[in-house]
Amino acid sequence: MSKVSHNFFVSSISDNNFEECLKCSICTVYCPVSAVEPLFPGPKQAGPDGERYRLKNPNFYDDSLKLCLNCKRCEVACPHDVRIGDIIQRARLQNSRRKPGIRARLLASTDLVGRVATRLTPAFNTLQNLVTAKEYKHRMLGIDRHFSFPTYANTTFEKWFEKNAAKQQAGFEHQVGYFHGCHVNYNDHGPGIAFVKVMNKLGFGVTLIKDEKCCGNPFMANGMPQKALKLAFHNLNQLRLPASQVSDVLTTSSTCTFTLRDEYKFVLGLDNHDVRDRISLATRFIFKKIEDGELQLPSVKPDFKLRIAYHSACHMEKLGWSYYSASLLRMIPGVELIMLDSQCCGMAGTYGFKTENYNRSLKIGQPLFQAIEEASANVVVTDCEMCSQQIAAATGARVMHPMEVLALAFS
Amino acid sequence: MGSLRNNSFHVIVIGGGITGAGVARDCAMRGLKVLLIEKHDLTHGASGRNHGLMHSGARYAVSDPENAAECIAENRILRRIARHCVEETDGLFISLPGDDLAYQQQFAQACISTGINAQIISTREAIELEPAVNPDIIGAVRVPDAAIDPFRLTMANILDAQAHGAQVITHHAVTQILTSGTSVTGVVATDSYGNKTEYHAPVVVNAAGIWGQHIAGLAGITLNMYPARGALLIFGHRVNNMVINRCRKPSNGDILVPDDIVCVLGTTSDRVPIDRIDDTTVTNGEVDLLLAEGVKLVPLLARTRILRAYAGIRPLVASDNDDSGRDISRGIVCIDHAKRDGMDGFITITGGKMMTYRLMAQQATDLVCRKLNVKVACTTAVTPLPGSEPMPVRDDDEDTPPVSFAHRAAEGRHGTLVSKIHDERPEQRALVCECEHVSTAEVNYAINELHASSLARLRRRTRLGMGTCQGKMCACRAAALMAGRDGDPETQISDLNAFLNERWKGIRPVAWGTALSEAQLSAMTYQSLCGMNLIQPDDLPKASPQTSPNPDSHEV
Repeated sequence: MSKVSHNFFVSSISDNNFEECLKCSICTVYCPVSAVEPLFPGPKQAGPDGERYRLKNPNFYDDSLKLCLNCKRCEVACPHDVRIGDIIQRARLQNSRRKPGIRARLLASTDLVGRVATRLTPAFNTLQNLVTAKEYKHRMLGIDRHFSFPTYANTTFEKWFEKNAAKQQAGFEHQVGYFHGCHVNYNDHGPGIAFVKVMNKLGFGVTLIKDEKCCGNPFMANGMPQKALKLAFHNLNQLRLPASQVSDVLTTSSTCTFTLRDEYKFVLGLDNHDVRDRISLATRFIFKKIEDGELQLPSVKPDFKLRIAYHSACHMEKLGWSYYSASLLRMIPGVELIMLDSQCCGMAGTYGFKTENYNRSLKIGQPLFQAIEEASANVVVTDCEMCSQQIAAATGARVMHPMEVLALAFS
Repeated sequence: MGSLRNNSFHVIVIGGGITGAGVARDCAMRGLKVLLIEKHDLTHGASGRNHGLMHSGARYAVSDPENAAECIAENRILRRIARHCVEETDGLFISLPGDDLAYQQQFAQACISTGINAQIISTREAIELEPAVNPDIIGAVRVPDAAIDPFRLTMANILDAQAHGAQVITHHAVTQILTSGTSVTGVVATDSYGNKTEYHAPVVVNAAGIWGQHIAGLAGITLNMYPARGALLIFGHRVNNMVINRCRKPSNGDILVPDDIVCVLGTTSDRVPIDRIDDTTVTNGEVDLLLAEGVKLVPLLARTRILRAYAGIRPLVASDNDDSGRDISRGIVCIDHAKRDGMDGFITITGGKMMTYRLMAQQATDLVCRKLNVKVACTTAVTPLPGSEPMPVRDDDEDTPPVSFAHRAAEGRHGTLVSKIHDERPEQRALVCECEHVSTAEVNYAINELHASSLARLRRRTRLGMGTCQGKMCACRAAALMAGRDGDPETQISDLNAFLNERWKGIRPVAWGTALSEAQLSAMTYQSLCGMNLIQPDDLPKASPQTSPNPDSHEV
């Protein structure tokens, strides 16, 4: 009769992922916010349960969803593959009625602030951490006074690369792409420089992605989906350029990686299948090459000794990739690695900067900070730049990126 | 009329469905002393087992214009008096490839001449209005259909009847109609333990729906009901925001109604023998038939979780040998048995539709008043039901704490009566039912003020256990709250068992995929984890006889 009869297929899996929820509530047990904040309804309530009501009437959206860190630990815990974190993130982007204020714009615009700040350093760094400036940010912008904003480097990583490394790269037979991310570009070149050194040492030349922009994650977290979409389109297009057609695009930031691979697809709803599998963290790339027998670790300084406490960042947990970074570090002779229990540090990108979140953020991180103190390691290692910031501020520990440890060991 | 003894009333209404509740309210509002008797719980029959559709009348415009005119008139009244039970969704009548567009013309014409505002709209506009609709549609008509919650509607009528002095007794079956010569004088009501009580009244109204044939039989009167069974499916969430009907002669599975936060697909229509009217188990054949038709309306239904299946029996009055009952008028049947059978004081009100209940009640009450020589006009069409008064405007400035999610959900369920739900303290805001956001405060309100003395009653008053997990998370919590009140563990355990088994009865016909996994987890939770299947009556502490009321006997 009509075309529609072909559609008749009763599926055991709903098109609506939230309907796969079996209400077991294990996500709530693993939620770092629920553990400290009674006002947060928890991932199950804010996610699948709330979604049913929001489908009836968007007015059932409420601002308590903003308490979510987007750590995705709920999704890791879920035995039925419900994309709880994505449901909450999408609901926030779709329903948030308040227009983003100056603070949200400042925190999210990593490229803009970064470009200005790197030109004005050191004045910018001195100024922004002055007591009066902190007080201003606290009162007027709602950026907590306790926080030292990340210091800005006096140039960008891209300029450093152009000046110090670009020329040598053509000499290598194999090439890899590098998506450095904003933090490496504007705040701390360390992991980026270490990455170039290590890749060169392993025999790979490094190509930067032409005109790389912020992955967009801070815009998603601060309620600006249109800006995030614009950046996502831009980055996907840049990754598809012939010049970027190196088979592997490597990264050193877990959140940028996760955003490019998964948030583009599941939160922004973009088709990134052609680039998704080419994007990998550098540690995972190196570990797999070694495991496949295609690479060997270069020799290490004879007296190299380091007791490392490794912290699994939330998005590393979601990617399932902490294993690669930790295993690679363990391969280094002289390294003693303590795997810290996987738990959230509370920073969650720009979340912990906000005055209303500051105390909660520290409370969330407390068990981790205690574990770090008890580990009495020489250094804490993590793949996430924002965890690194939070851990350093809260514990005073020295924090390094895995690539920096490799660079240190091989130098 | 003189003074009345304790067990004496002006009028006894048999049946606690929407019709009986409406008659009780109307009679009470006109100053009569009313007793309503229900065999099970309120809305046990067809009132709790229908589509929740507030017809515009369009469905009957071609075949039964008189009924259609009643529907649209009542439709307008219910929007005013039952605001908190009604969701003004509007509806579409869609034509699919192969459907006759000439019928659409005839349909629209019939609607307009009946006074139903039907507009033929472009298919593009229809898809914009309701994106879930089958994109292959070849025609669409917009009509003022709406969704209505039968549980709330019945409860609101009962509350108002009681506010006007009516007495309501549930879990009592009328087992005898008392007569003296050619007049009825009362009834005998029997509880589940066989205890009998006599109630007296000069007028008895039979509003027992499909069981009306049996009630009439007790008075020695032959009334041939036509039991037309209809099965329906509940989907896990709303896929549509407008009622979607098929624009053709009424048939199986051609209406999808967005009811609160689910949507309901129905129905079938099959004649069943009168001795099978208590069997409401849905068959696999009915599920297959509904799904096959439903996906034509909304293809997405094929990939949407189904929560449960249920069936009800339409109380139609037999006219001829039509096998489906589709051709029997849904018009109101109000029988004065004094005229028809020579039995004074006995009235049967049946037929009709849920949404014409108020008019049915008005017709029956007019007749009651004539018999009692009472001259008070009906005011039910202009008096809002409790909960439907205008909602006070909420102070939305920054200083007032935000209203909780559960409170907003409860507001949708109870209208202005939400002010009786006290959830100031955190423990009162704790959720009992997480899927439907029912708080401890709302459960307590339902127990105290809506006569929810069992989990099934609690469910009908609040939506507790009606959500995605079908009672897995809430049943034991709610049972604990109830046990805290009457202190009888044995009653609560058997109530909990009955509730869970009743949930499973509706899941079973659709138990595949996620619904099956959910049911298995539920069974694991209650059996392996809580050991429900191992509890023996002897294990339970004995309650003293004073604190152990007869669970089935309840005066509300």
